[in-house]
Amino acid sequence: MFRNVAELVELAESQDIQISEVMIRQEMEVKQMTREQVYGQMEKNLDVMEKAIEDGLKGVKSHSGLTGGDAVLIQNYMKNHTPLSGNLVMDAVSKAVATNEVNAAMGTICATPTAGSAGCVPGTLFAVKNQLNPTRDQMVRYLFTSGAFGFVVANNASISGAAGGCQAEVGSAAGMAAAAIVEMAGGTPSQSAEAMAITLKNMLGLICDPVAGLVEVPCVKRNAMGASNAVTAADMALAGVTSRIPCDEVIDAMYKVGQRMPSAFRETAQGGLAATPTGRELEAKVYGISLKKE
Amino acid sequence: MKYRSVFDIIGPVMIGPSSSHTAGAARIGRAARHLFGREPKYAHVHLYGSFAKTYKGHGTDVAIIGGLLDYETYDQRIAQALETARSNGMKVRFHEEDAHTDHPNTARLKIGDDDGELELVGISIGGGKAEITELNGFELHLSGSHPAILLIHNDRYGAIASATAILAKHQINIGRMEVSRKAQGEQALMVIEMDQNIDDSILNELERADHITQVAKISE
Repeated sequence: MFRNVAELVELAESQDIQISEVMIRQEMEVKQMTREQVYGQMEKNLDVMEKAIEDGLKGVKSHSGLTGGDAVLIQNYMKNHTPLSGNLVMDAVSKAVATNEVNAAMGTICATPTAGSAGCVPGTLFAVKNQLNPTRDQMVRYLFTSGAFGFVVANNASISGAAGGCQAEVGSAAGMAAAAIVEMAGGTPSQSAEAMAITLKNMLGLICDPVAGLVEVPCVKRNAMGASNAVTAADMALAGVTSRIPCDEVIDAMYKVGQRMPSAFRETAQGGLAATPTGRELEAKVYGISLKKE
Repeated sequence: MKYRSVFDIIGPVMIGPSSSHTAGAARIGRAARHLFGREPKYAHVHLYGSFAKTYKGHGTDVAIIGGLLDYETYDQRIAQALETARSNGMKVRFHEEDAHTDHPNTARLKIGDDDGELELVGISIGGGKAEITELNGFELHLSGSHPAILLIHNDRYGAIASATAILAKHQINIGRMEVSRKAQGEQALMVIEMDQNIDDSILNELERADHITQVAKISE
């Protein structure tokens, strides 16, 4: 079993296999399952992600009314304009938003690694797909590669906003996506690790401050930025840019930042955007309470 | 290692909006349901930390009750769990606690009916994964990532041997086990995590074994 990113990359490069293959083999070993079983389960998750994006792009609205409809706005904008940040980035953004809008509306999603950060991995996957034209197999592998990096973060740091802030959720998700994009684009396992490191470095310190405690504001747009961050970092890694701080040390830094984060910034709706005047007003409206509560 | 499977990371498939506050909460409720063995008639749910502050927005309440109704994380019926519980005659109360706990997402469930009661503490550690840390006053570390059996037994010599002998006879491999007791010579709890689910017939056999008073299982 690999315990960190260095071991994961070493396992892949020494055997001349992809990160996704390392993950598939480990899963077969741990769960005592056949390749078909492991692969089949992941394929089902891929179907759920595709369906969630479809639903989100048709337009959904959450029960609170705080989120919904932005994925449609972005897609319409793309039909009539050339996005300044490029078609692929905006496509990834709209699909990440679509997924999280469906999640906020209590629709069915696949956590990657969490529900609040469920947009980054599928959002980037279904955008990059249009440019790289991957096989279905490569798309399933994208999820195993994402999962391999998320596995390391989950075991060595945290993927919980309540424990480590948004950096642990969207930060991890964006890093996982970046690593998977690199593999799909033909990069090396080391380049995947660099992409993960570059992404996570730029999400360090991000707090979890959901307005009214709902996984909506700012979570949906954090996924949008996580997705664009992932695409950018993947391009940088593919260009040969490396992170001066190794990926495992970035993950460790993220863990330590999370440990020192006050609880107001760890999914308690007590600080950050949740505690702004407008955040409090929205909270009062959602729960039908008076603002004098505190 | 807390997480052993890639599907802890890419997964679970679930109803939104939060893996820790919705899916993890549902899993805590469902573990309680399985350990209790039937649908309870009442449930007192004590919520701590982030659970206490944000449970309404995250649907933590409906998720825990959904779990008590034996719903999976992806079951669309979770959204109506409170109404369903009420119409089934289950009395439900939520308590927002201020006390500080080791883990920010902690829930204490007291569930029961005329025939018995069960008290359990669960934590939701992220990505939909939950652990059971306390059962009826016994501390334990139940990850939920393997099928497990829990045996209440007398703290006497031979109790462990009688349980493991039965498992060995049926060629069941034990992945991990722990034993705890409240005081010497009194009630004890044995937790056995295995690689595969076991049949109810083996459970019945365990229940009849020397020194063992109660048996429950958690399937994968």
